[in-house]
Amino acid sequence: MSASVGRRATTEPPWLRYLLLAVGLGFLFFFLLLPLLAVFAEAFAAGWRAYLAALQDRDARSAIALTLLVALLVLPLNIGFGVAAAWAIAKFEFRGKSLLITLIDLPFAVSPVVVGLVFLLIFGAQGLFGPWLAANDIKVVFALPAIVLVTMFITLPFVARELIPLMQAQGKEEEEAAISLGASGWQMFRRVTLPNIRWGLLYGVILANARAMGEFGAVSVVSGHIRGETNTLPLHVEILYNEYNAVGAFASASVLALLALVTLVAKTVVEWRMRREMRMLASDLAAENSGR
Amino acid sequence: MMRSPPGSRQLLPGFRLSLGCAVLYLSLLVLLPLSGLVFKASQLSLAAFWEIASGERALASYRVTFGASLLAASINTAFGLIVAWVLVRYSFPGKRVIDALVDLPFALPTAVAGITLATLYAGNGWIGRHLEPLGFKIAFAPPGIVVALTFIGLPFVVRTLQPVIEDIEPEVEEAAASLGASRLQTFVRVLWPALLPALLTGFTLAFSRSIGEYGSVIFIAGNMPLISEITPLLIISKLEQYDVVGATALAVVMLFISFIMLFVVNGLQWWAATRHGARAADGGRR
Repeated sequence: MSASVGRRATTEPPWLRYLLLAVGLGFLFFFLLLPLLAVFAEAFAAGWRAYLAALQDRDARSAIALTLLVALLVLPLNIGFGVAAAWAIAKFEFRGKSLLITLIDLPFAVSPVVVGLVFLLIFGAQGLFGPWLAANDIKVVFALPAIVLVTMFITLPFVARELIPLMQAQGKEEEEAAISLGASGWQMFRRVTLPNIRWGLLYGVILANARAMGEFGAVSVVSGHIRGETNTLPLHVEILYNEYNAVGAFASASVLALLALVTLVAKTVVEWRMRREMRMLASDLAAENSGR
Repeated sequence: MMRSPPGSRQLLPGFRLSLGCAVLYLSLLVLLPLSGLVFKASQLSLAAFWEIASGERALASYRVTFGASLLAASINTAFGLIVAWVLVRYSFPGKRVIDALVDLPFALPTAVAGITLATLYAGNGWIGRHLEPLGFKIAFAPPGIVVALTFIGLPFVVRTLQPVIEDIEPEVEEAAASLGASRLQTFVRVLWPALLPALLTGFTLAFSRSIGEYGSVIFIAGNMPLISEITPLLIISKLEQYDVVGATALAVVMLFISFIMLFVVNGLQWWAATRHGARAADGGRR
Protein backbone atom coordinates (compact mmCIF):
# COMPACT_ATOMS: atom_id res chain seq x y z
CA MET A 1 0.00 0.00 0.00
CA SER A 2 2.68 2.47 0.99
CA ALA A 3 4.79 1.38 -1.99
CA SER A 4 1.95 2.19 -4.34
CA VAL A 5 1.53 5.59 -2.70
CA GLY A 6 5.24 6.29 -3.21
CA ARG A 7 5.07 5.12 -6.76
CA ARG A 8 2.06 7.26 -7.46
CA ALA A 9 3.72 10.40 -6.16
CA THR A 10 6.98 10.07 -8.12
CA THR A 11 5.37 9.60 -11.48
CA GLU A 12 2.26 10.91 -13.18
CA PRO A 13 -0.95 8.84 -13.30
CA PRO A 14 -1.29 6.92 -16.60
CA TRP A 15 -4.03 9.16 -18.03
CA LEU A 16 -1.83 12.22 -17.50
CA ARG A 17 1.19 10.51 -19.03
CA TYR A 18 -0.75 9.70 -22.17
CA LEU A 19 -2.17 13.21 -22.28
CA LEU A 20 1.27 14.83 -21.97
CA LEU A 21 2.70 12.46 -24.59
CA ALA A 22 -0.14 13.26 -26.98
CA VAL A 23 0.13 17.03 -26.47
CA GLY A 24 3.95 17.14 -26.69
CA LEU A 25 4.25 14.85 -29.70
CA GLY A 26 1.25 16.48 -31.39
CA PHE A 27 2.93 19.87 -31.05
CA LEU A 28 6.14 18.52 -32.61
CA PHE A 29 4.15 16.82 -35.36
CA PHE A 30 2.43 20.03 -36.44
CA PHE A 31 5.38 22.37 -36.02
CA LEU A 32 8.34 20.19 -37.07
CA LEU A 33 7.41 17.05 -38.96
CA LEU A 34 4.66 18.50 -41.15
CA PRO A 35 6.79 21.43 -42.43
CA LEU A 36 9.67 19.04 -43.13
CA LEU A 37 7.43 16.70 -45.12
CA ALA A 38 5.80 19.63 -46.91
CA VAL A 39 9.16 20.85 -48.32
CA PHE A 40 9.72 17.57 -50.12
CA ALA A 41 6.06 17.10 -51.09
CA GLU A 42 6.01 20.52 -52.75
CA ALA A 43 9.40 19.98 -54.40
CA PHE A 44 8.20 16.75 -56.04
CA ALA A 45 4.66 18.06 -56.71
CA ALA A 46 5.32 18.17 -60.46
CA GLY A 47 7.32 14.95 -60.54
CA TRP A 48 10.96 13.93 -60.68
CA ARG A 49 11.72 15.52 -64.02
CA ALA A 50 10.53 19.00 -63.06
CA TYR A 51 12.50 18.65 -59.84
CA LEU A 52 15.75 17.74 -61.58
CA ALA A 53 15.21 20.39 -64.25
CA ALA A 54 14.77 23.05 -61.55
CA LEU A 55 18.07 22.04 -59.95
CA GLN A 56 19.92 21.95 -63.25
CA ASP A 57 18.89 25.51 -63.98
CA ARG A 58 21.93 27.72 -64.48
CA ASP A 59 20.96 30.22 -61.77
CA ALA A 60 20.27 27.41 -59.29
CA ARG A 61 23.68 25.87 -59.95
CA SER A 62 25.47 29.19 -59.55
CA ALA A 63 23.54 29.84 -56.32
CA ILE A 64 24.65 26.46 -54.97
CA ALA A 65 28.25 27.21 -55.97
CA LEU A 66 28.20 30.63 -54.30
CA THR A 67 26.69 29.19 -51.11
CA LEU A 68 29.43 26.56 -50.93
CA LEU A 69 32.14 29.14 -51.66
CA VAL A 70 30.92 31.47 -48.88
CA ALA A 71 30.90 28.62 -46.35
CA LEU A 72 34.36 27.53 -47.49
CA LEU A 73 35.76 31.05 -47.00
CA VAL A 74 34.03 31.74 -43.68
CA LEU A 75 34.56 28.48 -41.77
CA PRO A 76 38.40 28.54 -41.53
CA LEU A 77 38.33 32.10 -40.15
CA ASN A 78 35.59 31.10 -37.77
CA ILE A 79 37.60 28.10 -36.56
CA GLY A 80 40.69 30.27 -36.08
CA PHE A 81 38.79 32.80 -34.01
CA GLY A 82 36.96 30.15 -32.00
CA VAL A 83 40.13 28.25 -31.06
CA ALA A 84 42.06 31.42 -30.21
CA ALA A 85 39.25 32.89 -28.09
CA ALA A 86 38.63 29.60 -26.29
CA TRP A 87 42.34 29.08 -25.61
CA ALA A 88 42.70 32.52 -24.01
CA ILE A 89 39.43 32.31 -22.07
CA ALA A 90 39.66 28.70 -20.87
CA LYS A 91 43.35 28.47 -19.96
CA PHE A 92 44.18 31.91 -18.57
CA GLU A 93 42.84 34.39 -16.05
CA PHE A 94 42.54 38.03 -17.06
CA ARG A 95 40.44 41.06 -16.36
CA GLY A 96 37.44 41.63 -18.60
CA LYS A 97 37.02 37.92 -19.31
CA SER A 98 33.29 37.77 -18.64
CA LEU A 99 32.80 40.87 -20.78
CA LEU A 100 34.64 39.13 -23.62
CA ILE A 101 32.42 36.03 -23.24
CA THR A 102 29.33 38.24 -23.38
CA LEU A 103 30.58 40.07 -26.47
CA ILE A 104 31.16 36.76 -28.25
CA ASP A 105 27.43 36.08 -27.77
CA LEU A 106 26.48 39.46 -29.23
CA PRO A 107 26.04 38.34 -32.87
CA PHE A 108 23.30 35.90 -31.74
CA ALA A 109 21.34 38.79 -30.25
CA VAL A 110 21.54 41.22 -33.17
CA SER A 111 18.87 40.99 -35.86
CA PRO A 112 20.27 39.76 -39.20
CA VAL A 113 18.73 42.76 -40.94
CA VAL A 114 20.63 45.11 -38.63
CA VAL A 115 23.85 43.19 -39.38
CA GLY A 116 23.33 43.68 -43.10
CA LEU A 117 22.57 47.37 -42.65
CA VAL A 118 25.72 47.88 -40.56
CA PHE A 119 27.96 46.65 -43.36
CA LEU A 120 25.98 48.62 -45.92
CA LEU A 121 26.64 51.77 -43.89
CA ILE A 122 30.38 51.12 -43.89
CA PHE A 123 31.00 49.88 -47.42
CA GLY A 124 27.92 51.11 -49.32
CA ALA A 125 27.96 53.95 -51.86
CA GLN A 126 27.01 56.53 -49.21
CA GLY A 127 28.93 54.71 -46.51
CA LEU A 128 32.11 55.49 -44.64
CA PHE A 129 34.51 53.86 -47.14
CA GLY A 130 32.08 54.03 -50.05
CA PRO A 131 33.71 56.89 -52.01
CA TRP A 132 37.22 55.51 -51.50
CA LEU A 133 36.18 52.00 -52.60
CA ALA A 134 34.41 53.42 -55.66
CA ALA A 135 37.47 55.52 -56.58
CA ASN A 136 39.68 52.42 -56.41
CA ASP A 137 37.12 50.27 -58.18
CA ILE A 138 36.78 47.77 -55.35
CA LYS A 139 33.38 46.13 -55.00
CA VAL A 140 32.41 45.10 -51.49
CA VAL A 141 28.68 45.65 -51.20
CA PHE A 142 26.44 43.78 -53.68
CA ALA A 143 29.39 41.43 -54.23
CA LEU A 144 31.12 38.45 -52.62
CA PRO A 145 33.13 40.36 -49.94
CA ALA A 146 30.06 41.76 -48.17
CA ILE A 147 28.30 38.36 -48.26
CA VAL A 148 31.38 36.82 -46.65
CA LEU A 149 31.63 39.61 -44.04
CA VAL A 150 28.01 39.37 -42.85
CA THR A 151 28.28 35.57 -42.74
CA MET A 152 31.45 35.87 -40.63
CA PHE A 153 29.56 38.18 -38.26
CA ILE A 154 26.50 35.91 -38.01
CA THR A 155 28.48 32.70 -37.40
CA LEU A 156 31.13 34.17 -35.09
CA PRO A 157 29.90 32.62 -31.79
CA PHE A 158 29.37 28.98 -32.83
CA VAL A 159 32.85 27.44 -32.51
CA ALA A 160 33.96 29.59 -29.57
CA ARG A 161 30.82 28.79 -27.57
CA GLU A 162 31.31 25.03 -27.99
CA LEU A 163 35.01 25.14 -27.16
CA ILE A 164 35.03 27.46 -24.12
CA PRO A 165 33.11 25.20 -21.69
CA LEU A 166 34.83 22.09 -23.10
CA MET A 167 38.35 23.46 -22.67
CA GLN A 168 37.48 24.86 -19.24
CA ALA A 169 36.31 21.41 -18.15
CA GLN A 170 39.49 19.77 -19.44
CA GLY A 171 41.73 22.04 -17.37
CA LYS A 172 45.33 22.71 -18.31
CA GLU A 173 47.33 19.90 -16.68
CA GLU A 174 47.89 17.92 -19.87
CA GLU A 175 49.14 20.93 -21.80
CA GLU A 176 51.37 21.98 -18.91
CA ALA A 177 52.83 18.49 -18.80
CA ALA A 178 53.60 18.64 -22.53
CA ILE A 179 55.34 22.00 -22.15
CA SER A 180 57.39 20.94 -19.16
CA LEU A 181 58.48 17.83 -21.10
CA GLY A 182 59.91 20.19 -23.68
CA ALA A 183 57.23 20.34 -26.37
CA SER A 184 56.98 23.51 -28.42
CA GLY A 185 53.72 25.47 -28.43
CA TRP A 186 52.75 24.11 -31.82
CA GLN A 187 53.60 20.50 -30.84
CA MET A 188 51.52 20.85 -27.67
CA PHE A 189 48.59 22.20 -29.66
CA ARG A 190 48.73 19.51 -32.34
CA ARG A 191 49.41 16.51 -30.08
CA VAL A 192 47.49 17.39 -26.92
CA THR A 193 44.96 20.18 -27.38
CA LEU A 194 43.61 19.32 -30.82
CA PRO A 195 42.88 15.63 -30.07
CA ASN A 196 41.11 16.71 -26.88
CA ILE A 197 38.86 19.26 -28.52
CA ARG A 198 38.28 17.68 -31.93
CA TRP A 199 34.68 16.56 -31.33
CA GLY A 200 33.66 19.86 -29.77
CA LEU A 201 35.36 21.68 -32.63
CA LEU A 202 33.57 19.55 -35.21
CA TYR A 203 30.27 20.18 -33.42
CA GLY A 204 30.76 23.93 -33.58
CA VAL A 205 31.77 23.74 -37.25
CA ILE A 206 28.65 21.73 -38.11
CA LEU A 207 26.41 24.36 -36.51
CA ALA A 208 28.34 27.26 -38.05
CA ASN A 209 28.18 25.63 -41.47
CA ALA A 210 24.42 25.18 -41.31
CA ARG A 211 23.99 28.82 -40.41
CA ALA A 212 26.51 30.04 -43.01
CA MET A 213 24.76 28.19 -45.82
CA GLY A 214 21.28 29.10 -44.65
CA GLU A 215 21.62 32.75 -43.67
CA PHE A 216 18.97 34.88 -45.33
CA GLY A 217 18.27 38.25 -43.71
CA ALA A 218 21.77 39.68 -43.47
CA VAL A 219 22.87 38.34 -46.86
CA SER A 220 19.68 39.64 -48.46
CA VAL A 221 20.51 43.21 -47.40
CA VAL A 222 24.05 43.26 -48.80
CA SER A 223 23.85 40.88 -51.77
CA GLY A 224 21.92 43.00 -54.24
CA HIS A 225 20.14 39.88 -55.57
CA ILE A 226 22.07 39.78 -58.83
CA ARG A 227 21.04 36.55 -60.54
CA GLY A 228 23.82 34.18 -61.36
CA GLU A 229 26.28 36.38 -59.47
CA THR A 230 25.39 37.31 -55.89
CA ASN A 231 22.43 35.02 -55.24
CA THR A 232 23.02 32.45 -52.55
CA LEU A 233 20.72 29.44 -52.40
CA PRO A 234 18.32 30.92 -49.79
CA LEU A 235 18.00 34.10 -51.89
CA HIS A 236 17.39 32.00 -54.98
CA VAL A 237 14.55 30.28 -53.11
CA GLU A 238 13.03 33.67 -52.32
CA ILE A 239 13.19 34.95 -55.90
CA LEU A 240 11.58 31.84 -57.38
CA TYR A 241 8.90 31.84 -54.69
CA ASN A 242 8.04 35.47 -55.37
CA GLU A 243 7.79 34.62 -59.08
CA TYR A 244 5.19 31.95 -58.20
CA ASN A 245 7.58 29.24 -59.37
CA ALA A 246 6.66 26.93 -56.49
CA VAL A 247 8.36 23.81 -57.88
CA GLY A 248 11.61 25.69 -58.49
CA ALA A 249 11.53 27.36 -55.09
CA PHE A 250 10.83 24.14 -53.24
CA ALA A 251 13.36 22.16 -55.28
CA SER A 252 16.10 24.54 -54.10
CA ALA A 253 14.52 24.58 -50.64
CA SER A 254 14.68 20.78 -50.55
CA VAL A 255 18.45 20.94 -51.08
CA LEU A 256 18.68 23.21 -48.03
CA ALA A 257 16.31 20.95 -46.08
CA LEU A 258 18.50 17.99 -46.95
CA LEU A 259 21.47 19.96 -45.67
CA ALA A 260 19.54 20.56 -42.45
CA LEU A 261 18.85 16.84 -42.07
CA VAL A 262 22.51 15.97 -42.69
CA THR A 263 23.38 18.61 -40.07
CA LEU A 264 21.03 17.01 -37.54
CA VAL A 265 22.42 13.52 -38.15
CA ALA A 266 26.06 14.70 -37.96
CA LYS A 267 25.29 16.69 -34.84
CA THR A 268 23.65 13.71 -33.15
CA VAL A 269 26.57 11.42 -34.01
CA VAL A 270 29.09 13.94 -32.67
CA GLU A 271 27.02 14.47 -29.51
CA TRP A 272 27.04 10.72 -29.00
CA ARG A 273 30.83 10.56 -29.45
CA MET A 274 31.35 13.47 -27.04
CA ARG A 275 29.18 11.84 -24.39
CA ARG A 276 31.09 8.58 -24.76
CA GLU A 277 34.43 10.35 -24.42
CA MET A 278 33.17 12.18 -21.33
CA ARG A 279 32.14 8.83 -19.80
CA MET A 280 35.54 7.31 -20.59
CA LEU A 281 37.23 10.34 -19.03
CA ALA A 282 35.11 9.96 -15.91
CA SER A 283 35.83 6.23 -15.57
CA ASP A 284 39.56 6.86 -16.10
CA LEU A 285 39.47 9.36 -13.26
CA ALA A 286 37.57 6.94 -11.04
CA ALA A 287 40.10 4.16 -11.75
CA GLU A 288 42.96 6.53 -10.97
CA ASN A 289 41.36 7.53 -7.69
CA SER A 290 40.65 3.97 -6.55
CA GLY A 291 44.20 2.89 -7.48
CA ARG A 292 45.68 5.50 -5.19
CA MET B 1 42.80 43.42 -20.48
CA MET B 2 46.04 41.98 -21.79
CA ARG B 3 47.71 41.74 -18.41
CA SER B 4 47.43 38.58 -16.40
CA PRO B 5 47.03 38.98 -12.66
CA PRO B 6 50.32 39.26 -10.76
CA GLY B 7 51.70 36.22 -9.02
CA SER B 8 50.29 33.58 -11.35
CA ARG B 9 53.17 31.76 -13.00
CA GLN B 10 52.33 30.99 -16.57
CA LEU B 11 53.55 27.80 -18.10
CA LEU B 12 51.32 27.70 -21.15
CA PRO B 13 52.25 29.65 -24.27
CA GLY B 14 50.13 31.73 -26.57
CA PHE B 15 48.17 33.89 -24.16
CA ARG B 16 48.99 37.22 -25.79
CA LEU B 17 48.74 35.82 -29.29
CA SER B 18 45.37 34.09 -28.83
CA LEU B 19 43.77 36.89 -26.84
CA GLY B 20 45.15 39.47 -29.24
CA CYS B 21 43.80 37.64 -32.29
CA ALA B 22 40.41 37.05 -30.67
CA VAL B 23 40.00 40.65 -29.53
CA LEU B 24 41.17 42.01 -32.88
CA TYR B 25 38.78 39.77 -34.85
CA LEU B 26 35.87 40.65 -32.57
CA SER B 27 36.66 44.36 -32.70
CA LEU B 28 37.06 44.59 -36.47
CA LEU B 29 34.08 42.42 -37.30
CA VAL B 30 31.58 43.26 -34.57
CA LEU B 31 32.42 46.17 -32.29
CA LEU B 32 33.66 48.73 -34.84
CA PRO B 33 30.87 48.09 -37.37
CA LEU B 34 28.24 48.32 -34.63
CA SER B 35 29.72 51.56 -33.29
CA GLY B 36 29.64 52.82 -36.87
CA LEU B 37 25.88 52.31 -36.81
CA VAL B 38 25.52 54.23 -33.56
CA PHE B 39 27.84 56.95 -34.90
CA LYS B 40 25.75 57.31 -38.06
CA ALA B 41 22.61 57.63 -35.95
CA SER B 42 24.26 60.18 -33.66
CA GLN B 43 24.48 62.56 -36.61
CA LEU B 44 20.72 62.85 -36.30
CA SER B 45 19.37 65.37 -33.82
CA LEU B 46 17.55 63.81 -30.89
CA ALA B 47 14.26 65.30 -32.08
CA ALA B 48 14.71 63.88 -35.57
CA PHE B 49 15.68 60.48 -34.17
CA TRP B 50 12.63 60.48 -31.94
CA GLU B 51 10.35 61.43 -34.79
CA ILE B 52 11.48 58.42 -36.84
CA ALA B 53 11.63 55.98 -33.94
CA SER B 54 8.14 56.91 -32.73
CA GLY B 55 6.46 57.38 -36.12
CA GLU B 56 3.08 55.74 -36.63
CA ARG B 57 4.41 52.95 -38.84
CA ALA B 58 7.37 52.34 -36.51
CA LEU B 59 5.16 52.12 -33.41
CA ALA B 60 2.80 49.72 -35.18
CA SER B 61 5.77 47.56 -36.22
CA TYR B 62 7.02 47.40 -32.60
CA ARG B 63 3.54 46.32 -31.52
CA VAL B 64 3.42 43.57 -34.15
CA THR B 65 7.01 42.41 -33.50
CA PHE B 66 6.79 42.37 -29.70
CA GLY B 67 3.22 41.08 -29.53
CA ALA B 68 3.89 38.18 -31.87
CA SER B 69 7.25 37.39 -30.21
CA LEU B 70 5.67 37.40 -26.75
CA LEU B 71 2.87 35.13 -27.87
CA ALA B 72 5.21 32.75 -29.71
CA ALA B 73 7.65 32.57 -26.77
CA SER B 74 4.72 31.85 -24.41
CA ILE B 75 3.42 29.06 -26.65
CA ASN B 76 6.93 27.64 -26.78
CA THR B 77 7.32 27.85 -23.01
CA ALA B 78 4.09 25.95 -22.34
CA PHE B 79 4.62 23.27 -24.99
CA GLY B 80 8.40 23.24 -24.54
CA LEU B 81 7.97 22.25 -20.88
CA ILE B 82 5.73 19.36 -21.90
CA VAL B 83 8.05 18.27 -24.74
CA ALA B 84 11.17 18.43 -22.52
CA TRP B 85 9.40 16.46 -19.77
CA VAL B 86 8.16 13.81 -22.18
CA LEU B 87 11.59 13.47 -23.84
CA VAL B 88 13.45 13.08 -20.52
CA ARG B 89 11.02 11.10 -18.38
CA TYR B 90 8.97 8.88 -20.69
CA SER B 91 10.09 6.19 -23.08
CA PHE B 92 8.37 5.63 -26.40
CA PRO B 93 9.39 4.32 -29.83
CA GLY B 94 11.33 6.77 -32.01
CA LYS B 95 12.32 8.91 -29.06
CA ARG B 96 15.91 9.50 -30.17
CA VAL B 97 14.88 10.53 -33.67
CA ILE B 98 12.28 12.94 -32.29
CA ASP B 99 14.82 14.31 -29.84
CA ALA B 100 17.26 15.02 -32.68
CA LEU B 101 14.46 16.58 -34.76
CA VAL B 102 13.84 19.24 -32.08
CA ASP B 103 16.89 21.12 -33.41
CA LEU B 104 15.44 21.33 -36.92
CA PRO B 105 14.59 25.05 -36.61
CA PHE B 106 18.27 25.76 -35.84
CA ALA B 107 19.39 23.80 -38.90
CA LEU B 108 16.71 24.68 -41.45
CA PRO B 109 17.37 27.99 -43.26
CA THR B 110 14.76 30.56 -42.30
CA ALA B 111 13.71 31.22 -45.89
CA VAL B 112 12.85 27.54 -46.30
CA ALA B 113 10.85 27.61 -43.06
CA GLY B 114 9.08 30.74 -44.28
CA ILE B 115 7.90 29.49 -47.66
CA THR B 116 6.98 26.08 -46.22
CA LEU B 117 4.88 27.46 -43.37
CA ALA B 118 3.23 29.94 -45.74
CA THR B 119 2.30 27.06 -48.06
CA LEU B 120 1.05 24.87 -45.19
CA TYR B 121 -1.15 27.55 -43.64
CA ALA B 122 -2.40 29.19 -46.86
CA GLY B 123 -6.08 28.72 -47.73
CA ASN B 124 -5.28 25.71 -49.94
CA GLY B 125 -2.48 24.28 -47.78
CA TRP B 126 -2.51 21.08 -45.72
CA ILE B 127 -3.38 22.94 -42.53
CA GLY B 128 -4.96 26.17 -43.80
CA ARG B 129 -7.50 24.16 -45.81
CA HIS B 130 -9.03 22.90 -42.54
CA LEU B 131 -8.73 26.14 -40.59
CA GLU B 132 -10.00 28.70 -43.08
CA PRO B 133 -13.57 27.30 -43.34
CA LEU B 134 -13.72 27.66 -39.55
CA GLY B 135 -12.89 31.34 -39.87
CA PHE B 136 -9.21 31.17 -38.86
CA LYS B 137 -7.01 33.00 -41.33
CA ILE B 138 -3.40 32.24 -40.43
CA ALA B 139 -1.14 32.83 -43.43
CA PHE B 140 -0.86 36.38 -44.80
CA ALA B 141 -2.29 37.75 -41.53
CA PRO B 142 -0.83 38.50 -38.07
CA PRO B 143 -1.37 34.93 -36.73
CA GLY B 144 1.02 33.75 -39.44
CA ILE B 145 3.79 35.74 -37.78
CA VAL B 146 3.13 33.90 -34.51
CA VAL B 147 3.28 30.54 -36.30
CA ALA B 148 6.64 31.38 -37.94
CA LEU B 149 8.12 32.67 -34.66
CA THR B 150 6.87 29.61 -32.78
CA PHE B 151 8.74 27.41 -35.25
CA ILE B 152 11.91 29.51 -34.99
CA GLY B 153 11.90 29.59 -31.18
CA LEU B 154 10.86 25.98 -30.58
CA PRO B 155 14.25 24.47 -29.61
CA PHE B 156 15.20 27.10 -27.02
CA VAL B 157 12.89 26.16 -24.14
CA VAL B 158 13.21 22.40 -24.77
CA ARG B 159 17.00 22.49 -24.91
CA THR B 160 17.34 24.72 -21.84
CA LEU B 161 15.01 22.54 -19.76
CA GLN B 162 16.23 19.06 -20.73
CA PRO B 163 19.53 19.08 -18.77
CA VAL B 164 17.79 20.61 -15.75
CA ILE B 165 15.10 17.90 -15.71
CA GLU B 166 17.82 15.25 -16.13
CA ASP B 167 19.66 16.68 -13.12
CA ILE B 168 16.70 16.49 -10.73
CA GLU B 169 17.57 13.71 -8.34
CA PRO B 170 14.83 11.08 -7.96
CA GLU B 171 15.49 11.13 -4.18
CA VAL B 172 13.99 14.61 -3.98
CA GLU B 173 10.71 13.49 -5.48
CA GLU B 174 10.75 10.29 -3.40
CA ALA B 175 11.29 12.32 -0.24
CA ALA B 176 8.37 14.59 -1.08
CA ALA B 177 6.20 11.56 -1.81
CA SER B 178 7.14 9.74 1.38
CA LEU B 179 6.30 12.87 3.34
CA GLY B 180 2.79 12.51 1.95
CA ALA B 181 2.84 14.99 -0.91
CA SER B 182 0.58 14.30 -3.84
CA ARG B 183 2.07 14.38 -7.34
CA LEU B 184 0.60 17.83 -7.88
CA GLN B 185 2.07 19.12 -4.61
CA THR B 186 5.47 17.64 -5.50
CA PHE B 187 5.33 19.39 -8.85
CA VAL B 188 4.28 22.76 -7.46
CA ARG B 189 6.54 22.79 -4.40
CA VAL B 190 9.59 20.80 -5.52
CA LEU B 191 9.88 20.57 -9.29
CA TRP B 192 8.52 23.96 -10.36
CA PRO B 193 11.04 26.03 -8.34
CA ALA B 194 13.87 23.93 -9.79
CA LEU B 195 12.61 24.41 -13.35
CA LEU B 196 11.69 28.08 -13.15
CA PRO B 197 15.11 29.68 -13.90
CA ALA B 198 15.64 27.47 -16.95
CA LEU B 199 12.07 28.07 -18.09
CA LEU B 200 12.58 31.84 -17.92
CA THR B 201 15.95 31.58 -19.66
CA GLY B 202 14.43 29.55 -22.48
CA PHE B 203 11.54 31.99 -22.78
CA THR B 204 13.92 34.95 -22.99
CA LEU B 205 16.16 33.24 -25.57
CA ALA B 206 13.16 32.40 -27.76
CA PHE B 207 11.76 35.91 -27.34
CA SER B 208 15.02 37.63 -28.20
CA ARG B 209 15.54 35.44 -31.28
CA SER B 210 11.97 36.21 -32.41
CA ILE B 211 12.33 39.98 -32.19
CA GLY B 212 15.10 40.07 -34.77
CA GLU B 213 13.72 37.33 -37.02
CA TYR B 214 13.16 38.26 -40.63
CA GLY B 215 13.51 35.38 -43.12
CA SER B 216 10.77 33.08 -41.91
CA VAL B 217 8.27 35.86 -41.14
CA ILE B 218 8.16 37.87 -44.36
CA PHE B 219 6.80 35.01 -46.45
CA ILE B 220 3.86 34.25 -44.20
CA ALA B 221 3.06 37.67 -42.69
CA GLY B 222 1.34 39.37 -45.61
CA ASN B 223 3.45 42.44 -44.73
CA MET B 224 0.65 45.01 -44.55
CA PRO B 225 1.92 48.28 -43.05
CA LEU B 226 0.43 48.99 -39.59
CA ILE B 227 -1.11 45.49 -39.42
CA SER B 228 1.41 42.76 -40.12
CA GLU B 229 4.69 44.58 -40.76
CA ILE B 230 7.56 43.63 -38.43
CA THR B 231 10.31 46.10 -37.54
CA PRO B 232 13.12 44.34 -39.49
CA LEU B 233 10.94 44.49 -42.60
CA LEU B 234 10.28 48.19 -42.03
CA ILE B 235 14.06 48.72 -41.95
CA ILE B 236 14.34 46.92 -45.30
CA SER B 237 11.54 48.91 -46.90
CA LYS B 238 13.10 52.17 -45.73
CA LEU B 239 16.38 51.02 -47.29
CA GLU B 240 14.63 50.21 -50.55
CA GLN B 241 13.26 53.75 -50.61
CA TYR B 242 16.83 55.04 -50.10
CA ASP B 243 15.86 56.33 -46.63
CA VAL B 244 19.16 55.24 -45.05
CA VAL B 245 18.73 57.63 -42.12
CA GLY B 246 15.31 56.22 -41.24
CA ALA B 247 16.62 52.65 -41.50
CA THR B 248 19.59 53.52 -39.30
CA ALA B 249 17.42 55.05 -36.58
CA LEU B 250 15.21 51.95 -36.42
CA ALA B 251 18.27 49.70 -36.46
CA VAL B 252 19.65 51.53 -33.43
CA VAL B 253 16.37 50.94 -31.60
CA MET B 254 16.64 47.21 -32.45
CA LEU B 255 20.31 47.12 -31.42
CA PHE B 256 19.47 48.73 -28.08
CA ILE B 257 16.80 46.08 -27.48
CA SER B 258 19.34 43.35 -28.40
CA PHE B 259 21.70 44.65 -25.73
CA ILE B 260 18.93 44.62 -23.13
CA MET B 261 17.99 41.05 -24.05
CA LEU B 262 21.63 39.94 -23.86
CA PHE B 263 21.86 41.52 -20.42
CA VAL B 264 18.64 39.81 -19.25
CA VAL B 265 19.77 36.40 -20.53
CA ASN B 266 23.11 36.78 -18.74
CA GLY B 267 21.32 37.77 -15.54
CA LEU B 268 18.99 34.79 -15.75
CA GLN B 269 21.84 32.37 -16.37
CA TRP B 270 23.71 33.78 -13.43
CA TRP B 271 20.58 33.33 -11.30
CA ALA B 272 20.18 29.75 -12.51
CA ALA B 273 23.85 29.08 -11.79
CA THR B 274 23.75 30.42 -8.24
CA ARG B 275 20.55 28.49 -7.52
CA HIS B 276 21.43 25.16 -8.98
CA GLY B 277 25.17 25.08 -9.36
CA ALA B 278 27.21 25.61 -12.47
CA ARG B 279 25.84 22.58 -14.31
CA ALA B 280 22.37 23.99 -14.79
CA ALA B 281 23.80 27.18 -16.23
CA ASP B 282 26.07 25.31 -18.58
CA GLY B 283 23.20 23.22 -19.83
CA GLY B 284 21.23 26.40 -20.32
CA ARG B 285 23.71 27.79 -22.78
CA ARG B 286 22.05 26.13 -25.68
